[in-house]
Amino acid sequence: MRAPTTRKPRHWSRPLLYLALITAALFFLLPVYVLVITGFKSFQEVNLNTMWNLPTSFSLDSFAKAWSGSESEGFRGLSGNFINSVYLAVPATLISAVVGSINGYILSKWKFRGADTLFSLVLFGMFIPYQSILIPLVQVLQQLTRLTGPLVEGLASLGGFSAWLSNFVPAYGTIGGLILVHVIYGIPITTLIFRNYYTAIPTELVEAAKIDGASLLGIYRWVLFPISMPGFVVVLIWQFTSVWNDFLFGVIVTSRPNVQPITVALNNLAGSYIVEWNVQMAGAFITALPTLLIYILLGRYFMRGLLAGSLKG
Amino acid sequence: MRRLTRDRIISILLILPSIVCIAIFVYGFIGFTAFSSFTKWNEMVPDFTFVGFSNYERLFANERFQIDMGNTVTFTVLFLIATLVIGFMLAVLLDQRIQSEGLFRSIYLFPMAISFIVTGVVWRWILSPGTEITGAAGINLLLDKIGLGFLKSGWFTDPSIGIKAVVIAATWQMSGYTMALYLAGLRSIPDELREAARVDGASELQIYRHILIPMLQPITLSAVIILGHISLKIFDLVVSMTGPGTGFSTDVPALFMFDTTFRGNQFAQGAAIATILLLMVAVLVVPYLIYNARHEVEQ
Repeated sequence: MRAPTTRKPRHWSRPLLYLALITAALFFLLPVYVLVITGFKSFQEVNLNTMWNLPTSFSLDSFAKAWSGSESEGFRGLSGNFINSVYLAVPATLISAVVGSINGYILSKWKFRGADTLFSLVLFGMFIPYQSILIPLVQVLQQLTRLTGPLVEGLASLGGFSAWLSNFVPAYGTIGGLILVHVIYGIPITTLIFRNYYTAIPTELVEAAKIDGASLLGIYRWVLFPISMPGFVVVLIWQFTSVWNDFLFGVIVTSRPNVQPITVALNNLAGSYIVEWNVQMAGAFITALPTLLIYILLGRYFMRGLLAGSLKG
Repeated sequence: MRRLTRDRIISILLILPSIVCIAIFVYGFIGFTAFSSFTKWNEMVPDFTFVGFSNYERLFANERFQIDMGNTVTFTVLFLIATLVIGFMLAVLLDQRIQSEGLFRSIYLFPMAISFIVTGVVWRWILSPGTEITGAAGINLLLDKIGLGFLKSGWFTDPSIGIKAVVIAATWQMSGYTMALYLAGLRSIPDELREAARVDGASELQIYRHILIPMLQPITLSAVIILGHISLKIFDLVVSMTGPGTGFSTDVPALFMFDTTFRGNQFAQGAAIATILLLMVAVLVVPYLIYNARHEVEQ
């Protein structure tokens, strides 16, 4: 986004302008304020009547409880689900980025007849309500489990590293199954971002390499890949955020609490009447933290992914 | 020449897995869902006996579905108006050469990075009205404190408000997106245009009304399509914030589909809801995709 450098000052009443900006900012920060102050309050201090008051003392008890759970009260903490989400989002994001990059390369620099129509058909996949594919998705994953299920159980029974690895075998109810689903339904958006990115790179560069005798893969490896970093950063951030924040696929594909991603676990935690609301708030904060950190550190790229998501923006 | 043909084959082989996946997991699955909606499969064990439109007939006669469709219309209209107006106003404010523009922009946009589940959990507490026993809570308490007590309300617990309370949370999450789109749009309009209008004696308001807003029309269109399809599909936010609500006052078709299919095991009935949901989204999105594809060829 271009900085406003050469503009003439407008005829606005400046203080009023800032008042409006700050009021809006307060509205956007209001939930953060509640989230943070409630999370840091001690259990004695949590009371709906004083929910807007600052904490009088600083306590991490709510976070500890949201993270590790409470055996006496009978609810699970989010720590295991946080790790599940990491195991889910990191591989799903990396695979999605590679797939999107290859697709984008071919659909921009090696167009075949009908490539543009095909691309539009692929794009439709990112707009569909996933409810319209969930029923067959569950059926297909259950069929897949008949093939891969024995492998999951076999690896799990070996214990140690093999048991850990069994999480990643694609099946109904495993993190691997969820990774597969996210990679497939991530194809449209990752292909879109990379196709736009590579389209902006002059075709002469590719033509010149062709004349020099470079092959399709050679051109990708030596010409395009080295200048693909910004595209990769945008896609990695976008995909990580979507996978981390997803709820629907998580709740459909994983039913066991020890496999579920953090959004599903948070929803269960918040839906439980035995969990105090400051623990719920702390849980919400923990769930939001990774994507929020990425946003704070790499907001520029986040914005680009956002604008790319609206096609031509 | 031989090298080119070999590369051509490699290019097709590389893209083929993705194309096959989309063909099966998007189009094949949609076909299967649509097919299921015409069958008798309303229990655990699949039964693909053809029953015509009877699942749809039952659906349209269903009270919950009628309420859901009404809620979807209310939600979509209010959500679009709110996000477009707030997003546009924020973009205009940010475009006035202000100090710390980046900071304000980041604050308006950060909710986009957060899961709808988190948003739902937090806003459920903020919009909890409180009870006779506990006294006012959440936003009601705040309104009391700043002397705006007359604005207190039951929010999503009041069936006459219902889904409109969810719009508040959704608008909080998504207005930054329209702000970003409009700001990018405003920045792409050359300054000379405004200067010329000013020289001709146009007021700032006239410049916005007659020059800038018409020029931003493609962006408004994009925003309507993107936000519109999100609001038709809305699910996570409702699940975590309110659930179906009293008398289904906060219910939406996506949630009804989920309950019917995965809690009630009425697969054919659920497939019918899913198909209608898909048709609504397709009516909005397909013309846009075609328009985009044509537009690109022209360039």
